[in-house]
Amino acid sequence: MSPEILNTVEVVLNGLMAGVMYSLVALGFVLIFKASGIFNYAQGVMALFAALTLVGFQTGQVPFAHLINVIFGTDYHNWSNGINTVLAIILTMLVMILFAWLVERLVLRHLVNQAPIILFMATIGLAFFMEGLGDLMWGANIKVLDVGLPSGGSFWLEDVTRGWASEGANYYGMYIDVLDVWAAGIAIVLVIALMMFSQYTKTGRALRAVADDHQAALTVGISLRTIWIVVWSIAGFVALVAGIMWGAKSGIQFSLSLIALKALPVLILGGFTSIPGAIIGGLIIGVGEKLFEFTIGPMIGGATENWFAYVLALLFLMYRPQGLFGERIIERV
Amino acid sequence: MSAAINSGEALLSLKDISLSFGGVNALSGITFDVLKGEIRAIIGPNGAGKSSMLNVINGFYHPQQGEVWFDGALRGSLKPYQIARQGIARTFQNIALFKGMSTLDNLMTGRITKMHSNLFWQAIWKGKAEKEELKHRERVEHIIDFLEIQAIRKTPVGRLPYGLQKRVELGRALAAESKLLLLDEPMAGMNLEEKEDMCRFILDVRDEFGTTIALIEHDMGVVMDIADRVVVLDYGKKIGDGYPDEIRNDKRVIDAYLGVAHD
Repeated sequence: MSPEILNTVEVVLNGLMAGVMYSLVALGFVLIFKASGIFNYAQGVMALFAALTLVGFQTGQVPFAHLINVIFGTDYHNWSNGINTVLAIILTMLVMILFAWLVERLVLRHLVNQAPIILFMATIGLAFFMEGLGDLMWGANIKVLDVGLPSGGSFWLEDVTRGWASEGANYYGMYIDVLDVWAAGIAIVLVIALMMFSQYTKTGRALRAVADDHQAALTVGISLRTIWIVVWSIAGFVALVAGIMWGAKSGIQFSLSLIALKALPVLILGGFTSIPGAIIGGLIIGVGEKLFEFTIGPMIGGATENWFAYVLALLFLMYRPQGLFGERIIERV
Repeated sequence: MSAAINSGEALLSLKDISLSFGGVNALSGITFDVLKGEIRAIIGPNGAGKSSMLNVINGFYHPQQGEVWFDGALRGSLKPYQIARQGIARTFQNIALFKGMSTLDNLMTGRITKMHSNLFWQAIWKGKAEKEELKHRERVEHIIDFLEIQAIRKTPVGRLPYGLQKRVELGRALAAESKLLLLDEPMAGMNLEEKEDMCRFILDVRDEFGTTIALIEHDMGVVMDIADRVVVLDYGKKIGDGYPDEIRNDKRVIDAYLGVAHD
């Protein structure tokens, strides 16, 4: 095989891995959008917040340490040398559930029956609030997240693929980050679990029912508020997983919340209401932007990954505004 | 007439219900009751307040005045989902099904008030949650047989013709095994054959499941055939209440329907 083909395969593989990560973020959006019709701008910040909290627990930081020290003139930073990662993840999940409950209690409950744009604005407010809260609680410095997942290139794959190239070719094997493979695996498991949950359980059915028709859901005895808390908790869980993966990959910093924006073109491609759509959309964007960068990029000066996804989304908006898997919008006149 | 009615025990009593939206009186001082095991029809011209009445019964509207007694107790201010859990199921004039879900899933949502496993067991689909799913699935299959909709079990209901959607909606209400079933124009927009089927189902529901039914219907032939007693509303007021034969000959009722010049 010629090195060019192998290089292309490597680009596609890397694209798929990146795509899975985009899907993970997009998934959080879809869950909330389906159940409550809210486009949750804060999804990315939720991932950031979850990752910050996880590191905070892991390293035994005192929450609001800076604030406490300024007010009381003390010098607290850590309450322990850190706790077990699994325990930290469970604690963080509890914080995300508490967060979901607070969002329902303090925001959603007061905005029932408001126009979607108002709810959207509320989530923008929520995003800024959480960003500030995250900084205040855990400090604004860039953190390293290590949950014990392996990372770095796979030497095994490099060795194997080097042998595939034709004799004497200038080829050194494929580079695939093991962390990406892990992330992809975990994301796939998560997605399958979520789909099974929504298909075969009472609460899953209630989630779909609420997404379909609020009024009918009420008459069969479903409490909208409970469902909203459940949905935001699940979105919090997805945010936590996304936060862990992205955090382990590139450190925990503010830019983590901006990956949420990459989920937008993913959603436009896949459709805002479809879980499989979020996955496929993420993969298309991931592979598309890597391939584009690899083939066309060098001709036009590179850095195409910054805008490729958005241009692709724009094209989709023109020809298929409901996305690949979204519900078709038919307006009767 | 079924024997249960003769016992004369009321399942639902509405006392002096008044409901207004701003300056508009949708219902004023309505009092009537629904006896256990009876089919009670609510009729009246358009805008008479029939649907508002159902919305009061299932808790979408809260009347400004009056009392609702259900199953022997005065009902406080409850949310619609709490009322559903007390045992009141309903269908809607313009069908409120979960259109993206299959017939089977729609009926399974009807069982939600009867399912008690918690989120944790559901998440791992073991123990109580699994047993519960299977048990309720069986019950739902029974209703599917009863309504003769086996052929469309897996079809998303949004794709079904209107008449079948109405039947699925009835099925979902039945799945709740409620004490009181509210039907808002169950036969609207149906052809004669579909209407006859629906009549048969409604009567069978009462006889087989012992469900008490309150229904709104415009087709007088149907109402006179299947209802045990009829209450007539006009402009938010009650103008008649009694057995079908009495209502048929009531002068005020005839006036309200035909429109009579008042001098």
